[in-house]
Amino acid sequence: MISLAGRDILHSWGKFVFTGMGLGLLIGITLSMAGIYRGMVDDAKVLLDNSGADLWVVQKDTLGPYAESSSIYDDIWRGIRGMPGVEEVANITYLTMQVFKGDHDVRAMVTGITPGEVGTPGWPLYLVAGRQITRSHYEAVADIATGFKLGDQIRIRRHHYTVTGLTRRMVSSNGDPMVFIPLKDAQEALFLKDNDAIWEQRRRSAGTPAFNRPGLPDLLDSFMASQSTNPFVNAVLVRVGAGHRPEEVAASIRRWKRLTVYTRAQMEEILVGKLIATSARQIFMFLVILSLVSSAIVAFIIYTLTLGKIREIAVLKLIGTKNRTIVGLIIQQSIALGMIGFVVGKISATLLMAPIFPKYVLLLPFDSVIGFFVVVVICILSSIIAIRAALSVDPAEAIGG
Amino acid sequence: MVNKGIRIEGLKKTYGSGDTAVEALKSVDMYVAPGEVVGLIGPSGSGKSTLLKCLGAVIEPTAGKMVLGDDVIYDDAWKVRDLRALRRDRIGFVFQAPYLIPFLDVTDNVALLPMLAGVRNGDARKRAMELFEALEVEHRAKAMPSQLSGGEQQRVAIARGLVNRPPVILADEPTAPLDSDRALAVIQILNDMAKKYETAIIVVTHDEKIIPTFKRIYHIRDGVTYEEEGEGRAIE
Ligand SMILES: Nc1ncnc2c1ncn2[C@@H]1O[C@H](COP(=O)(O)OP(=O)(O)OP(=O)(O)O)[C@@H](O)[C@H]1O
Ligand SMILES: [Mg+2]
Repeated sequence: MISLAGRDILHSWGKFVFTGMGLGLLIGITLSMAGIYRGMVDDAKVLLDNSGADLWVVQKDTLGPYAESSSIYDDIWRGIRGMPGVEEVANITYLTMQVFKGDHDVRAMVTGITPGEVGTPGWPLYLVAGRQITRSHYEAVADIATGFKLGDQIRIRRHHYTVTGLTRRMVSSNGDPMVFIPLKDAQEALFLKDNDAIWEQRRRSAGTPAFNRPGLPDLLDSFMASQSTNPFVNAVLVRVGAGHRPEEVAASIRRWKRLTVYTRAQMEEILVGKLIATSARQIFMFLVILSLVSSAIVAFIIYTLTLGKIREIAVLKLIGTKNRTIVGLIIQQSIALGMIGFVVGKISATLLMAPIFPKYVLLLPFDSVIGFFVVVVICILSSIIAIRAALSVDPAEAIGG
Repeated sequence: MVNKGIRIEGLKKTYGSGDTAVEALKSVDMYVAPGEVVGLIGPSGSGKSTLLKCLGAVIEPTAGKMVLGDDVIYDDAWKVRDLRALRRDRIGFVFQAPYLIPFLDVTDNVALLPMLAGVRNGDARKRAMELFEALEVEHRAKAMPSQLSGGEQQRVAIARGLVNRPPVILADEPTAPLDSDRALAVIQILNDMAKKYETAIIVVTHDEKIIPTFKRIYHIRDGVTYEEEGEGRAIE
C-alpha cells in the first residue's frame, strides 16, 4: 500500500511548507513564552546564588528585600555576627533606579555592598573584565547588560562613579542588570535629595517652632544633619558556617531580634511563588491563547485542505477505500503540518527569538518535549472537523449526474 | 435460470418524500450476461445515472431486487453487509469525468485499487501496466493526471475501472470526452475485457457513433426500461 498522505504532501508541498512555517512562528512564540518564564525563574535563582548568602535578615513581617521593601538599622549586623553558626555577615541595599551615562540612562538594580573582599556576601563572585571595587567611594562594578564599559563615568543620583569591573548575568528578578557600588554611597543615594529639596526642607523645619527654638540655636542644624544621613539598609546577608543548619541559625536570629529571617528555600519560594507569580499567570494565559490560535489555524488549514479533496475522497470511497484509511490520510497530514511547524518553531525560537528578546529566555529541552506532544495532540484534535466532513462525503458524488 | 451476470427485477428508486418526491426509477427490469456489453440509452433525467448508482451500491433503491452473479445483493433491502468491499471487489466504475486522484501518478491511480484489496505494490503496478498497454497510454504511466489530455485521462480512468477484474463494470458516458476513433477503441477494449474476464458491462451513452456496436440495448424513459435488439456492428 502506498501512503496517500505522503503523496498528497509531496504533490502540494508548497502549501504545506508555507502553512507549516506560519504555524512554526506561532509555535516559536509559544516556546519562547515558556522560555521567558523559565528565564524569570532562573533569574531569581541566579540572584539568590550570586548573593552568596544562606540567610536573609529583613525587617519584621516583610517579604524583603526583593519582593517588598525592607528597612533595618545598619548596625544590626554586629549583633548577628556573634551568634553561633554565623560565619559571615554583610549589610546590603537594593534600589532599582535609572543609572545615567552621558545623556542616556539604563534601568538597573543598584546594589550597595559592604566593604571587604571577594566572598563577602553580596559581592559579585566573578568578573568578566576589570577589577572589584577597591576604594570606598565612587567606584562601580556593572553587569555587561547595562552596556557600560570599563572606565565609563556613570551617574547615580548626584554622584559620578567609575566602572572598574564588569559582570555577566547578574540581574534582578525583573531582569534588570545590577550595578554594584559601595554601601555608604548606596545609603546616601537612597536618601539623597537635590539642592532644592534640601532648601525647601530647611525652610519648613525652620518654620516649625519645635525644631527652631530661640534658646537652642544648634537644634535646627543637628535635625537637618539627621535628616540627610541614612542609618538604614535593606537586609543583612548571613553566611552559615560549615556544620550548621541554616534553619537552626535562622531560628536563633528570630528569637534574639525582632526580625524576619529567610532561608534560601523560603527566599526562592517568595521570588518564584509571589514576585513572578503574576507574570507567570500572564504568560500562562498567553500560552493558552497561543495554543487556541494554533489549534484554530491547524483546524482551518486541514479543513480547507480536506474540502479541496472532497471529490477525491468521494472517489476513494467509491472504489472501496476504508474509512480508516481516509481518517489516516487527514490525521497524518495534520501531524505532518504540526511536525513542520514544530521544527520551524523550535529553530526560530532558538536562533531568532531568544537571542533578540530583551529578557533572558531559557529554552529547556523538557519544555520542547512537552511542546512537541501538545502540538501532536492539538493537530489530532484539530482534524476532527475535517474528518467529520470527509466521512460525510457521499461516494455518489464521484459518479455525478 | 441464469445465475451469472447482472439481473434486476422491478427496481424502484424514489428520491425524497411527500410533495418533493421524485420517482427516478419506476420499474426497471434488466439482465446482462457475463461477457456481454449492453447499452443503456435514454433522455436526460430518465434515470440512467440513478440506475447505475443503485447497481453500484452507492445509493439505496426503494424496492426491487438486484442480483450479482450468484448473490442477491438487494431484495427490498441490502443483503450485503460491507457495501464498500462489494464495490471494491466486484464492481468497476467508469465515469463521464475521469476524476483521477491528482496527487498520485497515473500508475498508482490505477494500482491503488488492487493495493486496497491487498495485492502487493509490484503486482498491482504490473496489472496497471498491462491495461495501459491495451489502452495505449503506457508511455504516460509515470505522468501526473494534470499532465494528461482529456482523452488520456479517460483511458486511465477506464483502466482503473477494469484493474480489479470485477465481474461487473458500470460505465456512465465513458466515451464523452473522446474522438470517434478513440471512443470506438474504448468500446473495443470493453468488449475484449468482457470476453476475456467474463465481465458483464453496462454502458450509459448518448454517443451516436458507438450505439450501433451494441448487440442489445435497454431504453429507459421516465424510469421504465424497454429492451431492444441492437445492430451489433463490428468495430474495425
Ligand atoms: N439526489 C437526487 N435527489 C433528488 N432527485 C434526484 C437526485 N438525483 C437525480 N434526481 C432526479 O432523478 C431523475 C433521474 O436522474 P438521473 O441523474 O438518474 O438522470 P440521467 O438519466 O442520468 O440524466 P442525464 O442524462 O442528464 O445524466 C431526474 O429527474 C433527477 O432530477
Ligand atoms: Mg446521468
